[in-house]
Amino acid sequence: MKAIVSVFSKDRIGIIADVCTVLARMKVNVLDLSQTIMDGVFTMVMLVDTATSALTFDQIQTTLTEQGRAMDLNIRIQRKDIFDAMHQI
Amino acid sequence: MLNTIDILQTLDMLDRQHLDIRTVTMGVNLLDCAGGDIDACARRVYDKICRRAEKLLPVTRGIEAELGIPIVNKRISVTPIAMVAQASGAADYTPVAMAMDRAAKTCGVDFIGGFSALVQKGFTDGDRKLVESIPRALAETDLVCASVNVGSTKAGINMDAVAAMGRIVKATAAATADRGSIGCAKLVVFCNAVEDNPFMAGAFHGPGEPECAVNVGVSGPGVVYSALQGVRGKSFDEVAELVKKTAFRITRMGQLVARTASERLGVPFGVVDLSLAPTPAVGDSVARILEEMGLAVCGAHGTTAALALLNDAVKKGGLMASGRVGGLSGAFIPVSEDEGMIAAARAGTLTVDKLEAMTSVCSVGLDMIAVPGDTPAETIAAIIADEAAIGMVNNKTTAVRLIPAAGCRVGDSVDFGGLLGTAPIMPVHPESAAAFIARGGHIPAPLHSLKN
Repeated sequence: MKAIVSVFSKDRIGIIADVCTVLARMKVNVLDLSQTIMDGVFTMVMLVDTATSALTFDQIQTTLTEQGRAMDLNIRIQRKDIFDAMHQI
Repeated sequence: MLNTIDILQTLDMLDRQHLDIRTVTMGVNLLDCAGGDIDACARRVYDKICRRAEKLLPVTRGIEAELGIPIVNKRISVTPIAMVAQASGAADYTPVAMAMDRAAKTCGVDFIGGFSALVQKGFTDGDRKLVESIPRALAETDLVCASVNVGSTKAGINMDAVAAMGRIVKATAAATADRGSIGCAKLVVFCNAVEDNPFMAGAFHGPGEPECAVNVGVSGPGVVYSALQGVRGKSFDEVAELVKKTAFRITRMGQLVARTASERLGVPFGVVDLSLAPTPAVGDSVARILEEMGLAVCGAHGTTAALALLNDAVKKGGLMASGRVGGLSGAFIPVSEDEGMIAAARAGTLTVDKLEAMTSVCSVGLDMIAVPGDTPAETIAAIIADEAAIGMVNNKTTAVRLIPAAGCRVGDSVDFGGLLGTAPIMPVHPESAAAFIARGGHIPAPLHSLKN
């Protein structure tokens, strides 16, 4: 399943590395990535594919939320469908 | 490819503009539960609702998590109970309401609608018994909602039913007097009721509907309000365009949720209802949208025109976004559930008369309006008659959900909590309509030709 991972946080060194490590451990493949600093907030959006992972979407979501909290990052994952539905005819 | 701006815009709508799916409502046919005595009927009603809706909560929770969008309410609507219970021969249908309440609690839903009767042309014996059962049924249950359709464009207005509903609204207020007359918040009197409405308190699964269907109600006043802040001072052409585009996006999300829920529940997709439904939360108000268009306070002169534009643009934007649109589809104006309307009513700018004018261009009617507890039943019936007349002549759904809050006067307010919000008591005209209501009979259906 294609999904969007979004990360918001206070900027610091190693955020991309931290998030990618968690995803790699779960065998979630990163297809595309965009990162910027908006109004001083680290903002990252990733397109990922969960089909390569043995975990369910629910398990991936829980892991990202919990590990994100432990690293002081606001991470969420949503099915890509919602963004396609809202912005494409 | 990633379109970061679109993604961030969606996340902002979810995080800051209260974007949500207001309800996923499963409609369930109960006609096959008729027969036997009232207790046997109630047992079958309970069993069938639980069987059909057992997966509703886990499925909608799963969709919420995967899409990252809140689905605020999960609800069930059923066949009008007057049709289901009358074969039992019982005089009081409250046992069926209690079975619905238990089933709703077992399935974990927020409300269950359909303790209803359709009496626009006249009462069957069963309809009359259901109407008389409403005060007790609403007092003895927590999640059951009732509705009665008293008129239609094709049939005219059943004025005997209008008179009866004035009395029943008062009796329901009295039966729930210890809880701010909350029973009345779960009772709607309709003209031109729709059969696939997913919103409470007026949802029921009409006799023309399939065995089971999933209907989705979207929301999004906060998103429209936020978008309009970008076109301050611009012409209404730009306002209408912007509302259309915003409604399109909101509805596409509703369509996705409806399709996914339908697949996972193994139940046909019914409709997406395009309503802009406010909540008492700051930033989720229809009144504030109208004020953003340039009105100092909702209820000022110009409010009806602003609402007409909003209602129409929401429909135009939403229509293209969904395969099937239905229900009420438009802007709701429930006073107690809208932070801006509560403020305007408290200030005295928004009155019952202005709200009545607004209902001629919005999607429903006089909704969640608290009036003094000593308002006579005939006055409530006369308000219902006025509202039904607007619906009948204009070929649209209108409804009345009035709360004559027991023991309360103008200046007081009643707090229902949650999405039902807080209702300031609004004044009604003290002059009597008793002789008008006492006439009874039928107001004929309006002419549909000679429109020049």
